[in-house]
Amino acid sequence: MTAERHIDHSSPMHQFVIGRLNDWQLGGLDISFSKAAAFMFGAVIVATLFLVLTTSKRAMVPGRWQSVAELWYEFIADMIKETIGSEGRKYFPFVFSLFSFIVMCNLLGMLPYSYTVTSHIAVTITLALSVFILTTFIGITRHGTHFLSFFVPKGVPLVMLFLVVPIEVLSYFMRPISHSVRLFANMTAGHTMLKVFGAFVVQMGVFGVLPFALIVALTGLEVAIAVLQAYVFTILTCLYLNDAIHLEH
Amino acid sequence: MPQFWMEDFAPQMVWLVISFIALYLLMARVALPRVANVLETRHGRIADDLDQAAQLKAQAETVISEYEAALAEARAQAQATIAQAGAEAAAAAEKRNAEVAEALAAEAAAAAERVMAAKNDALTELRGVATELAQAAAERLLDGSVEAADVEAAVDAAMPENTNGS
Repeated sequence: MTAERHIDHSSPMHQFVIGRLNDWQLGGLDISFSKAAAFMFGAVIVATLFLVLTTSKRAMVPGRWQSVAELWYEFIADMIKETIGSEGRKYFPFVFSLFSFIVMCNLLGMLPYSYTVTSHIAVTITLALSVFILTTFIGITRHGTHFLSFFVPKGVPLVMLFLVVPIEVLSYFMRPISHSVRLFANMTAGHTMLKVFGAFVVQMGVFGVLPFALIVALTGLEVAIAVLQAYVFTILTCLYLNDAIHLEH
Repeated sequence: MPQFWMEDFAPQMVWLVISFIALYLLMARVALPRVANVLETRHGRIADDLDQAAQLKAQAETVISEYEAALAEARAQAQATIAQAGAEAAAAAEKRNAEVAEALAAEAAAAAERVMAAKNDALTELRGVATELAQAAAERLLDGSVEAADVEAAVDAAMPENTNGS
Protein backbone atom coordinates (compact mmCIF):
# COMPACT_ATOMS: atom_id res chain seq x y z
CA MET A 1 0.00 0.00 0.00
CA THR A 2 1.19 3.47 -0.83
CA ALA A 3 1.41 6.20 1.76
CA GLU A 4 -1.35 8.34 0.25
CA ARG A 5 -3.72 5.42 0.51
CA HIS A 6 -3.23 5.14 4.23
CA ILE A 7 -6.34 5.90 6.29
CA ASP A 8 -6.18 6.20 10.05
CA HIS A 9 -8.05 3.47 11.89
CA SER A 10 -10.15 6.04 13.76
CA SER A 11 -11.36 7.73 10.57
CA PRO A 12 -15.05 7.20 9.67
CA MET A 13 -13.77 6.29 6.19
CA HIS A 14 -11.68 3.39 7.44
CA GLN A 15 -14.70 1.07 7.29
CA PHE A 16 -14.77 1.44 3.50
CA VAL A 17 -11.28 0.02 2.87
CA ILE A 18 -11.86 -3.17 0.91
CA GLY A 19 -9.33 -5.04 3.05
CA ARG A 20 -7.18 -7.01 0.64
CA LEU A 21 -6.35 -10.46 1.96
CA ASN A 22 -3.79 -11.40 -0.74
CA ASP A 23 -2.27 -10.05 -3.91
CA TRP A 24 -3.51 -12.33 -6.70
CA GLN A 25 -2.79 -11.35 -10.30
CA LEU A 26 -4.16 -13.01 -13.42
CA GLY A 27 -2.51 -11.89 -16.65
CA GLY A 28 -2.11 -8.34 -15.40
CA LEU A 29 -5.64 -8.24 -13.93
CA ASP A 30 -5.77 -7.62 -10.20
CA ILE A 31 -8.00 -10.33 -8.75
CA SER A 32 -6.93 -9.96 -5.11
CA PHE A 33 -9.41 -11.50 -2.72
CA SER A 34 -10.57 -9.04 -0.10
CA LYS A 35 -13.03 -8.50 2.72
CA ALA A 36 -15.33 -7.02 0.03
CA ALA A 37 -15.22 -10.24 -2.03
CA ALA A 38 -15.76 -12.30 1.12
CA PHE A 39 -18.92 -10.34 1.93
CA MET A 40 -20.16 -10.74 -1.65
CA PHE A 41 -19.92 -14.51 -1.25
CA GLY A 42 -21.41 -14.15 2.21
CA ALA A 43 -24.48 -12.51 0.66
CA VAL A 44 -24.68 -15.31 -1.94
CA ILE A 45 -24.43 -18.02 0.73
CA VAL A 46 -26.88 -16.39 3.17
CA ALA A 47 -29.51 -15.76 0.46
CA THR A 48 -29.21 -19.30 -0.93
CA LEU A 49 -29.16 -21.04 2.45
CA PHE A 50 -32.09 -18.98 3.69
CA LEU A 51 -34.27 -19.84 0.71
CA VAL A 52 -33.26 -23.50 0.66
CA LEU A 53 -33.50 -24.17 4.40
CA THR A 54 -36.78 -22.35 4.98
CA THR A 55 -38.45 -24.30 2.17
CA SER A 56 -36.97 -27.67 3.21
CA LYS A 57 -40.20 -28.73 4.96
CA ARG A 58 -42.34 -27.67 1.98
CA ALA A 59 -45.12 -27.12 4.48
CA MET A 60 -48.65 -26.73 3.14
CA VAL A 61 -49.27 -24.20 5.88
CA PRO A 62 -46.04 -22.18 5.96
CA GLY A 63 -44.25 -21.44 9.20
CA ARG A 64 -42.74 -18.07 10.02
CA TRP A 65 -39.48 -18.52 8.09
CA GLN A 66 -41.09 -20.20 5.09
CA SER A 67 -43.54 -17.28 4.94
CA VAL A 68 -40.60 -14.89 4.67
CA ALA A 69 -39.15 -16.88 1.76
CA GLU A 70 -42.55 -16.99 0.03
CA LEU A 71 -43.12 -13.28 0.65
CA TRP A 72 -39.67 -12.50 -0.73
CA TYR A 73 -40.42 -14.55 -3.87
CA GLU A 74 -43.88 -13.08 -4.42
CA PHE A 75 -42.68 -9.55 -3.72
CA ILE A 76 -40.36 -9.69 -6.74
CA ALA A 77 -42.82 -11.71 -8.85
CA ASP A 78 -45.56 -9.12 -8.23
CA MET A 79 -43.15 -6.25 -8.89
CA ILE A 80 -42.30 -7.71 -12.30
CA LYS A 81 -45.95 -8.46 -13.08
CA GLU A 82 -46.98 -4.91 -12.23
CA THR A 83 -44.17 -3.06 -14.01
CA ILE A 84 -43.43 -5.28 -17.02
CA GLY A 85 -46.34 -7.71 -17.29
CA SER A 86 -46.21 -11.33 -18.37
CA GLU A 87 -43.24 -10.74 -20.72
CA GLY A 88 -41.10 -9.93 -17.70
CA ARG A 89 -41.32 -13.49 -16.37
CA LYS A 90 -38.16 -14.42 -18.32
CA TYR A 91 -36.11 -11.91 -16.34
CA PHE A 92 -37.46 -13.02 -12.95
CA PRO A 93 -34.32 -14.95 -11.90
CA PHE A 94 -32.10 -11.99 -12.83
CA VAL A 95 -34.24 -9.40 -11.03
CA PHE A 96 -34.65 -11.69 -8.03
CA SER A 97 -30.88 -12.27 -7.85
CA LEU A 98 -30.23 -8.55 -8.16
CA PHE A 99 -32.60 -7.70 -5.32
CA SER A 100 -31.35 -10.55 -3.12
CA PHE A 101 -27.71 -9.64 -3.69
CA ILE A 102 -28.21 -5.96 -2.87
CA VAL A 103 -30.52 -6.48 0.10
CA MET A 104 -28.21 -9.12 1.58
CA CYS A 105 -25.09 -6.97 1.09
CA ASN A 106 -26.90 -3.99 2.63
CA LEU A 107 -28.17 -5.95 5.62
CA LEU A 108 -24.90 -7.81 6.24
CA GLY A 109 -23.29 -4.36 6.25
CA MET A 110 -25.48 -3.42 9.20
CA LEU A 111 -23.81 -6.02 11.44
CA PRO A 112 -21.13 -4.61 13.76
CA TYR A 113 -17.53 -4.96 12.46
CA SER A 114 -18.83 -5.98 9.05
CA TYR A 115 -18.24 -4.49 5.63
CA THR A 116 -20.80 -3.00 3.23
CA VAL A 117 -20.20 -4.19 -0.33
CA THR A 118 -22.73 -1.74 -1.81
CA SER A 119 -20.99 1.31 -0.32
CA HIS A 120 -18.53 1.14 -3.23
CA ILE A 121 -19.23 2.87 -6.53
CA ALA A 122 -17.19 0.16 -8.26
CA VAL A 123 -19.79 -2.40 -7.20
CA THR A 124 -22.92 -0.33 -7.85
CA ILE A 125 -21.72 0.94 -11.26
CA THR A 126 -20.96 -2.64 -12.31
CA LEU A 127 -24.48 -3.70 -11.38
CA ALA A 128 -26.04 -0.59 -12.97
CA LEU A 129 -23.98 -1.01 -16.16
CA SER A 130 -25.00 -4.66 -16.38
CA VAL A 131 -28.64 -3.57 -16.21
CA PHE A 132 -27.99 -0.80 -18.75
CA ILE A 133 -26.25 -3.11 -21.21
CA LEU A 134 -28.88 -5.83 -20.73
CA THR A 135 -31.83 -3.47 -21.26
CA THR A 136 -30.23 -1.80 -24.29
CA PHE A 137 -29.44 -5.24 -25.75
CA ILE A 138 -33.04 -6.39 -25.18
CA GLY A 139 -34.38 -3.18 -26.73
CA ILE A 140 -32.25 -3.50 -29.87
CA THR A 141 -32.81 -7.24 -30.38
CA ARG A 142 -36.58 -6.93 -29.85
CA HIS A 143 -37.20 -3.77 -31.87
CA GLY A 144 -34.16 -3.34 -34.21
CA THR A 145 -33.81 0.20 -35.52
CA HIS A 146 -37.29 0.95 -34.23
CA PHE A 147 -35.62 1.09 -30.79
CA LEU A 148 -34.38 4.60 -31.71
CA SER A 149 -38.01 5.80 -31.64
CA PHE A 150 -37.68 5.51 -27.85
CA PHE A 151 -35.73 8.80 -27.97
CA VAL A 152 -38.46 10.57 -30.00
CA PRO A 153 -41.49 11.23 -27.78
CA LYS A 154 -44.85 11.19 -29.58
CA GLY A 155 -46.84 14.40 -30.06
CA VAL A 156 -43.87 16.75 -29.82
CA PRO A 157 -43.63 19.50 -32.51
CA LEU A 158 -40.82 18.99 -35.02
CA VAL A 159 -38.94 22.13 -33.93
CA MET A 160 -38.94 20.99 -30.33
CA LEU A 161 -37.54 17.58 -31.32
CA PHE A 162 -34.12 19.22 -31.94
CA LEU A 163 -34.09 20.00 -28.23
CA VAL A 164 -36.01 16.98 -26.86
CA VAL A 165 -34.14 14.19 -28.64
CA PRO A 166 -30.65 15.14 -27.32
CA ILE A 167 -32.15 15.45 -23.82
CA GLU A 168 -33.75 12.02 -24.14
CA VAL A 169 -30.50 10.49 -25.37
CA LEU A 170 -28.52 12.15 -22.57
CA SER A 171 -31.00 11.09 -19.90
CA TYR A 172 -30.88 7.52 -21.25
CA PHE A 173 -27.10 7.39 -20.92
CA MET A 174 -27.25 9.02 -17.49
CA ARG A 175 -29.39 6.13 -16.23
CA PRO A 176 -26.56 3.87 -15.03
CA ILE A 177 -24.96 6.81 -13.23
CA SER A 178 -28.05 7.86 -11.29
CA HIS A 179 -28.91 4.22 -10.78
CA SER A 180 -25.54 3.41 -9.21
CA VAL A 181 -24.80 6.65 -7.36
CA ARG A 182 -28.16 6.51 -5.52
CA LEU A 183 -27.30 3.19 -3.88
CA PHE A 184 -23.62 3.93 -3.28
CA ALA A 185 -24.31 7.39 -1.78
CA ASN A 186 -27.06 6.14 0.51
CA MET A 187 -24.91 3.34 1.88
CA THR A 188 -21.78 5.48 2.25
CA ALA A 189 -23.63 8.38 3.91
CA GLY A 190 -25.50 6.17 6.35
CA HIS A 191 -22.45 4.21 7.48
CA THR A 192 -20.27 7.33 7.73
CA MET A 193 -22.92 9.06 9.85
CA LEU A 194 -23.19 6.08 12.20
CA LYS A 195 -19.40 6.02 12.58
CA VAL A 196 -19.24 9.79 13.27
CA PHE A 197 -21.90 9.57 15.96
CA GLY A 198 -20.14 6.52 17.33
CA ALA A 199 -17.00 8.60 17.78
CA PHE A 200 -19.07 11.24 19.60
CA VAL A 201 -20.28 8.65 22.11
CA VAL A 202 -16.67 7.98 23.06
CA GLN A 203 -15.58 11.64 23.05
CA MET A 204 -18.47 13.03 25.10
CA GLY A 205 -18.04 10.78 28.11
CA VAL A 206 -21.20 10.73 30.27
CA PHE A 207 -23.07 12.89 27.76
CA GLY A 208 -22.32 10.28 25.15
CA VAL A 209 -25.70 8.82 26.09
CA LEU A 210 -27.31 11.38 23.77
CA PRO A 211 -25.48 10.42 20.56
CA PHE A 212 -25.83 6.77 21.64
CA ALA A 213 -29.63 7.12 21.71
CA LEU A 214 -29.40 8.78 18.31
CA ILE A 215 -27.31 5.87 17.00
CA VAL A 216 -29.96 3.39 18.15
CA ALA A 217 -32.62 5.32 16.23
CA LEU A 218 -30.38 5.80 13.19
CA THR A 219 -29.52 2.10 13.10
CA GLY A 220 -33.23 1.35 12.76
CA LEU A 221 -33.46 3.92 10.00
CA GLU A 222 -30.41 2.44 8.26
CA VAL A 223 -31.94 -1.03 8.26
CA ALA A 224 -35.04 0.46 6.63
CA ILE A 225 -32.85 2.29 4.10
CA ALA A 226 -30.92 -0.92 3.38
CA VAL A 227 -34.15 -2.64 2.30
CA LEU A 228 -35.62 0.46 0.66
CA GLN A 229 -32.55 1.13 -1.51
CA ALA A 230 -32.46 -2.49 -2.63
CA TYR A 231 -36.14 -2.10 -3.56
CA VAL A 232 -35.48 1.18 -5.41
CA PHE A 233 -32.57 -0.34 -7.37
CA THR A 234 -34.72 -3.34 -8.30
CA ILE A 235 -37.84 -1.44 -9.33
CA LEU A 236 -35.76 0.91 -11.49
CA THR A 237 -34.30 -2.18 -13.15
CA CYS A 238 -37.86 -3.38 -13.80
CA LEU A 239 -38.85 0.00 -15.26
CA TYR A 240 -35.79 0.01 -17.55
CA LEU A 241 -36.65 -3.54 -18.65
CA ASN A 242 -40.21 -2.42 -19.32
CA ASP A 243 -38.95 0.50 -21.44
CA ALA A 244 -36.78 -1.89 -23.46
CA ILE A 245 -39.58 -4.42 -23.95
CA HIS A 246 -42.49 -2.05 -24.61
CA LEU A 247 -40.73 1.17 -25.79
CA GLU A 248 -43.12 3.27 -23.75
CA HIS A 249 -42.53 6.50 -21.96
CA MET B 1 -12.29 8.12 0.27
CA PRO B 2 -11.44 4.44 -0.30
CA GLN B 3 -14.36 4.32 -2.77
CA PHE B 4 -12.30 6.34 -5.27
CA TRP B 5 -9.09 4.33 -5.11
CA MET B 6 -9.10 3.24 -8.71
CA GLU B 7 -6.74 0.29 -8.16
CA ASP B 8 -9.42 -1.34 -5.96
CA PHE B 9 -11.99 -1.27 -8.77
CA ALA B 10 -10.73 -4.27 -10.75
CA PRO B 11 -10.64 -6.84 -7.91
CA GLN B 12 -14.09 -5.77 -6.68
CA MET B 13 -15.57 -5.99 -10.15
CA VAL B 14 -13.99 -9.39 -10.82
CA TRP B 15 -15.34 -10.91 -7.60
CA LEU B 16 -18.67 -9.15 -8.02
CA VAL B 17 -19.13 -10.73 -11.45
CA ILE B 18 -18.09 -14.17 -10.14
CA SER B 19 -20.27 -14.01 -7.02
CA PHE B 20 -23.25 -12.57 -8.86
CA ILE B 21 -23.11 -15.28 -11.53
CA ALA B 22 -22.90 -17.85 -8.73
CA LEU B 23 -25.94 -16.28 -7.04
CA TYR B 24 -27.85 -16.17 -10.33
CA LEU B 25 -27.18 -19.86 -11.00
CA LEU B 26 -28.06 -20.85 -7.43
CA MET B 27 -31.29 -18.85 -7.56
CA ALA B 28 -32.33 -19.92 -11.05
CA ARG B 29 -31.45 -23.59 -10.63
CA VAL B 30 -31.96 -24.32 -6.92
CA ALA B 31 -33.70 -21.76 -4.75
CA LEU B 32 -36.41 -20.30 -7.01
CA PRO B 33 -37.70 -23.66 -8.35
CA ARG B 34 -38.02 -24.83 -4.74
CA VAL B 35 -40.08 -21.83 -3.64
CA ALA B 36 -42.11 -21.93 -6.86
CA ASN B 37 -42.78 -25.64 -6.29
CA VAL B 38 -44.02 -24.98 -2.75
CA LEU B 39 -46.29 -22.17 -3.93
CA GLU B 40 -47.61 -24.12 -6.90
CA THR B 41 -48.28 -27.18 -4.80
CA ARG B 42 -50.27 -25.07 -2.38
CA HIS B 43 -52.23 -23.30 -5.10
CA GLY B 44 -52.88 -26.63 -6.81
CA ARG B 45 -53.98 -28.15 -3.53
CA ILE B 46 -56.35 -25.28 -2.81
CA ALA B 47 -57.83 -25.47 -6.31
CA ASP B 48 -58.19 -29.26 -5.96
CA ASP B 49 -59.89 -28.88 -2.60
CA LEU B 50 -62.33 -26.35 -4.01
CA ASP B 51 -63.03 -28.65 -6.97
CA GLN B 52 -63.57 -31.57 -4.66
CA ALA B 53 -65.89 -29.53 -2.45
CA ALA B 54 -67.94 -28.49 -5.48
CA GLN B 55 -68.08 -32.12 -6.65
CA LEU B 56 -69.18 -33.32 -3.23
CA LYS B 57 -71.83 -30.63 -3.09
CA ALA B 58 -73.18 -31.69 -6.49
CA GLN B 59 -73.13 -35.31 -5.33
CA ALA B 60 -75.01 -34.42 -2.16
CA GLU B 61 -77.61 -32.56 -4.18
CA THR B 62 -78.07 -35.54 -6.49
CA VAL B 63 -78.48 -37.82 -3.49
CA ILE B 64 -81.02 -35.47 -1.93
CA SER B 65 -83.08 -35.27 -5.11
CA GLU B 66 -82.91 -39.06 -5.52
CA TYR B 67 -84.01 -39.51 -1.92
CA GLU B 68 -86.89 -37.10 -2.42
CA ALA B 69 -87.98 -38.93 -5.58
CA ALA B 70 -87.83 -42.27 -3.76
CA LEU B 71 -89.81 -40.79 -0.89
CA ALA B 72 -92.51 -39.49 -3.24
CA GLU B 73 -92.68 -42.87 -4.99
CA ALA B 74 -93.00 -44.73 -1.71
CA ARG B 75 -95.74 -42.37 -0.60
CA ALA B 76 -97.67 -42.92 -3.84
CA GLN B 77 -97.21 -46.69 -3.52
CA ALA B 78 -98.46 -46.63 0.04
CA GLN B 79 -101.47 -44.60 -1.02
CA ALA B 80 -102.23 -47.11 -3.79
CA THR B 81 -101.86 -50.05 -1.39
CA ILE B 82 -104.20 -48.38 1.12
CA ALA B 83 -106.80 -47.74 -1.60
CA GLN B 84 -106.54 -51.35 -2.86
CA ALA B 85 -106.85 -52.78 0.62
CA GLY B 86 -109.89 -50.58 1.27
CA ALA B 87 -111.52 -51.76 -1.95
CA GLU B 88 -110.79 -55.43 -1.16
CA ALA B 89 -112.19 -55.08 2.34
CA ALA B 90 -115.34 -53.42 0.99
CA ALA B 91 -115.82 -56.19 -1.59
CA ALA B 92 -115.34 -58.90 1.04
CA ALA B 93 -117.82 -57.21 3.39
CA GLU B 94 -120.41 -56.94 0.61
CA LYS B 95 -119.96 -60.58 -0.32
CA ARG B 96 -120.43 -61.70 3.27
CA ASN B 97 -123.48 -59.44 3.64
CA ALA B 98 -125.00 -61.06 0.57
CA GLU B 99 -124.23 -64.56 1.87
CA VAL B 100 -125.69 -63.79 5.27
CA ALA B 101 -128.79 -62.23 3.68
CA GLU B 102 -129.24 -65.33 1.47
CA ALA B 103 -128.85 -67.67 4.43
CA LEU B 104 -131.34 -65.66 6.44
CA ALA B 105 -133.82 -65.67 3.55
CA ALA B 106 -133.44 -69.43 3.20
CA GLU B 107 -133.97 -69.91 6.92
CA ALA B 108 -137.02 -67.64 6.86
CA ALA B 109 -138.49 -69.61 3.96
CA ALA B 110 -137.90 -72.91 5.79
CA ALA B 111 -139.51 -71.52 8.91
CA ALA B 112 -142.53 -70.33 6.91
CA GLU B 113 -142.86 -73.78 5.41
CA ARG B 114 -142.70 -75.39 8.83
CA VAL B 115 -145.38 -72.99 10.07
CA MET B 116 -147.59 -73.83 7.06
CA ALA B 117 -147.12 -77.57 7.64
CA ALA B 118 -148.00 -77.22 11.31
CA LYS B 119 -151.07 -75.17 10.36
CA ASN B 120 -152.21 -77.83 7.87
CA ASP B 121 -151.66 -80.56 10.41
CA ALA B 122 -153.67 -78.59 12.93
CA LEU B 123 -156.46 -78.01 10.41
CA THR B 124 -156.54 -81.65 9.44
CA GLU B 125 -156.67 -82.60 13.09
CA LEU B 126 -159.38 -79.99 13.63
CA ARG B 127 -161.54 -81.49 10.84
CA GLY B 128 -161.17 -84.93 12.34
CA VAL B 129 -162.11 -83.62 15.77
CA ALA B 130 -164.96 -81.55 14.29
CA THR B 131 -166.25 -84.55 12.33
CA GLU B 132 -166.15 -86.77 15.38
CA LEU B 133 -167.83 -84.09 17.50
CA ALA B 134 -170.47 -83.44 14.83
CA GLN B 135 -171.13 -87.20 14.41
CA ALA B 136 -171.40 -87.67 18.18
CA ALA B 137 -173.65 -84.62 18.54
CA ALA B 138 -175.82 -85.65 15.60
CA GLU B 139 -176.16 -89.24 16.84
CA ARG B 140 -177.11 -87.91 20.31
CA LEU B 141 -179.67 -85.49 18.84
CA LEU B 142 -181.08 -87.96 16.34
CA ASP B 143 -180.69 -90.97 18.58
CA GLY B 144 -179.53 -93.18 15.79
CA SER B 145 -176.45 -93.72 13.70
CA VAL B 146 -175.41 -91.20 11.18
CA GLU B 147 -173.46 -92.00 8.09
CA ALA B 148 -169.81 -90.86 8.50
CA ALA B 149 -169.67 -89.66 4.90
CA ASP B 150 -172.63 -87.32 5.42
CA VAL B 151 -171.01 -85.79 8.50
CA GLU B 152 -167.75 -85.27 6.66
CA ALA B 153 -169.52 -83.53 3.81
CA ALA B 154 -171.39 -81.33 6.26
CA VAL B 155 -168.15 -80.41 8.11
CA ASP B 156 -166.43 -79.66 4.84
CA ALA B 157 -169.25 -77.40 3.85
CA ALA B 158 -169.27 -75.66 7.20
CA MET B 159 -165.47 -75.06 7.37
CA PRO B 160 -164.24 -71.92 5.70
CA GLU B 161 -162.67 -72.47 2.34
CA ASN B 162 -159.42 -70.73 3.21
CA THR B 163 -158.60 -72.93 6.19
CA ASN B 164 -158.82 -75.93 3.94
CA GLY B 165 -155.10 -75.93 3.24
CA SER B 166 -152.56 -78.34 1.86
